[in-house]
Formats: sequence, C-alpha cells, structure tokens
Amino acid sequence: MTASHDHDPEHQDVPSDPALRVKALESLLVAKGIVDRTALDALVDVYENKVGPRNGARVVARAWVDPDYKKRLLESGTAAIGELGYSGNQGADIRVVENTPQVHNLIVCTLCSCYPWPVLGLPPVWYKSAPYRSRAVIDPRGVLREMGTELPADIELRVWDSTAEQRYLVLPERPAGTEQLDESALAALVTRDAMIGVKKVMPELKAGRR
Amino acid sequence: MNGIHDMGGMHGMGPIGYLETEPVFHEAWEGRIYSISYAVQSTVKLRLGLRPPIENIPAREYLRMSYFERWLTSIIERMVASDLVTRDEIETGRPATTSVNAPVALSPAAAVAAQFKIPATRRSVQVAARFESGQSVRARNINPVAHTRLPRYARGKSGTIERDHGVFVFLDTSAYSAGENPQHLYSVRFAARELWGDEAAPHDAVYLDLFEDYLEPA
Repeated sequence: MTASHDHDPEHQDVPSDPALRVKALESLLVAKGIVDRTALDALVDVYENKVGPRNGARVVARAWVDPDYKKRLLESGTAAIGELGYSGNQGADIRVVENTPQVHNLIVCTLCSCYPWPVLGLPPVWYKSAPYRSRAVIDPRGVLREMGTELPADIELRVWDSTAEQRYLVLPERPAGTEQLDESALAALVTRDAMIGVKKVMPELKAGRR
Repeated sequence: MNGIHDMGGMHGMGPIGYLETEPVFHEAWEGRIYSISYAVQSTVKLRLGLRPPIENIPAREYLRMSYFERWLTSIIERMVASDLVTRDEIETGRPATTSVNAPVALSPAAAVAAQFKIPATRRSVQVAARFESGQSVRARNINPVAHTRLPRYARGKSGTIERDHGVFVFLDTSAYSAGENPQHLYSVRFAARELWGDEAAPHDAVYLDLFEDYLEPA
C-alpha cells in the first residue's frame, strides 16, 4: 500500500479490497461486451508512457527560446500547445500563466482534481489530496514554504483554482545562468512542480527531478 | 452541494504528503479503473457526470477512500443510472440473462484516439454576455444540493471579471442530462483579503472560472 491511502484502523466497515472489486467489474464489462480488455491495456500504456510532464517541459523550453511562440502560448495556450502535437482529454482550453519577477502563479483544483493532462500527465496524489486542495487557496504561501519555496512579501501570488473548463499551466521563469543551454537542455531543467507553481526552476538539474 | 469535496479554505486536513516522484498509478487496479471509466464513457453517453456520484459519497467515506476508489464508485453509479449494468450484476459479477443494451466496445485504437481528442464543451452559439472584463461582480450566495462549480469560499464575495472565456456547457445541469444551458464562463479575480480577511497577503488573489449564473453585479 502507499502513503496516500489514509486507512483508518479503527474503521470497522472496510469494504472489500478495491483491487478485487475492480477485477470483478472489468470481467463483468468484458463479458457484457462493454469494454475490450486490450483497449484497457492500451489506455494504461497511454497514461503511463505517452503523456507526462516531459510534454509540458518541451512547451516551456520552446517559449523560453522563441519569443513569438511564447506570445502565442500566452494568448492561446491550447493552440500553441497543439503546435507541438499535444492535445486531448482533460486538456480543453489550456491557459498558460506566466511567472515574472513580480508575479508568481499557483495551480489547484479545490473541488476535485482538474489538471492539464496533455502537458503534465495525470496529477500526483498530493495534488488531489485534501491537504493541498484545502490549503492552497487560504494559505498558498504556507504551502509553498512547505515545498521549499519562499516567496518575497512584495511578489503578487495568483492562485488559479481550476473549477471548470479551463486548465492551467504555469510558465516558470527561466533561471539565470542558462543562457548557453539549448532548447532540449532547457527542457531537461523544467519540472512538473514548477509547472504547477509549487517550485521554481533551478539552473542545475538535481537528482530525482520532477 | 455543500459536501466534503468542497474543501477550499478548510483547516485540519493534515500535512500535504508531498513526494518528489511517484508512479502514475500506485497499484495496477488504479490504472484499470481509470481506463475502464474512460473506455465506458467514450463508448456510450452516460446520463450522469463523473463528479456528482463522487460528491454524494458520505464525508466519512470520501475522506477514507483513495482517489481511484472514488472513481470506482462513480463509474458504477453512472453505469447503473444509464441502464448499462444492474446492481445485481455488480454484486454477482455475472451478466444477467436478460442483459441488454450493451454497446459495442471501443477497439484499442479507437480508445487511444479518443484520449487525444479535445472534448467539446465550448459552444459556438451566440449568447449575450452580461458582464465584461474589469466589471465588479459578486458570486451569488447559492447552496444547491446538486453539483455546482461555485465553491463555498467564494459565495457572497466580490471580485472583478478578468476575462470572458466564451460560451460553455453549464455543468450544473449537463452533469445530470438536464440540458446544456450554454452560457458565458468568466475568469473572476478575488483579492485574498476579500476571501480570507486582513490576515491575508495584501497583493495576493484567487482566480476562479465562474459561469454567468453564479454571478451578479456588485
């Protein structure tokens, strides 16, 4: 089991193992002809291998090196992201918000788990968790501090609570000292967390990047 | 509804539990239920949206369940509401002899292709916009027992229209197959101090995407 599964040992009425229930449901739906098992295999492969924060990192790096692309990206995120070949489910109308020396942006979905799927993949557990969802709007600076990001008092912090049809991606600031790096080297610096807005992009890749 | 899912601004939920890296799916069944949900809803139009059944989960259960357990609950409720499966079939795990109404399952190629299509909830119909950028508005004080995208923490609070996103399907009704009611969706900026009082940082703000029906002139 994982740290995210907050099972209450006092709880007496624990339903049967979800793994068994999902297996039974899958068998039922296959028997009824509603789903094709190989289609499920293909979908799992998409989520595990075809989409993820590397897509978003490519978008960010392109914006850093190409001012015209950056302009299009900030004006119409969905279309500019589509130029690099990324679109799809849970990505309807992606809006890109830019961090600057004066403004920092942070993304949350307090009601559920909205996330820009085509560019970041599926959200991590902490993003979907009650602690992050409840605190990101009322105590965003505390949340950032907990993530190791100290924000100066004079910076304007904008929290985007994506409740409906718009999905958000943060365009982080390009770190100083990266002038010599090409687009792919820049993309390697861009982390999932920086595109959610809980961290900044560091000039050097650290082990276990995300 | 004023359920536990509407948790923006609550205290007492514990530490964030941040992990620098984690697998896409922590256990294989999570990937299966996520894929089952998308395969089913790409195959047949369901009469109920993803979120209403999740929001109907009693608070105690909601907080106990992992994220994908809630998805399991949701897809079962949606399929039952759409007459795709019966509760008896779910319990026994076997198709009833009278089982009907099964659509043709999506092929692997079609299932994957559906993932890369942008779902169309934007509507091109002409609807007059009641508000414009820069205008002061107030989020209405509504407390519907059904699904809504207006979080409790913003109700009754004043903000400024930052942008008109255009016309979208109104999820409060479309999630129940009760009509699309297409209307303007606006980005509304709320000052952190308006939402949380004078303790909040003076320049900070929360932006919410709100349907026109949620707003009134301030």
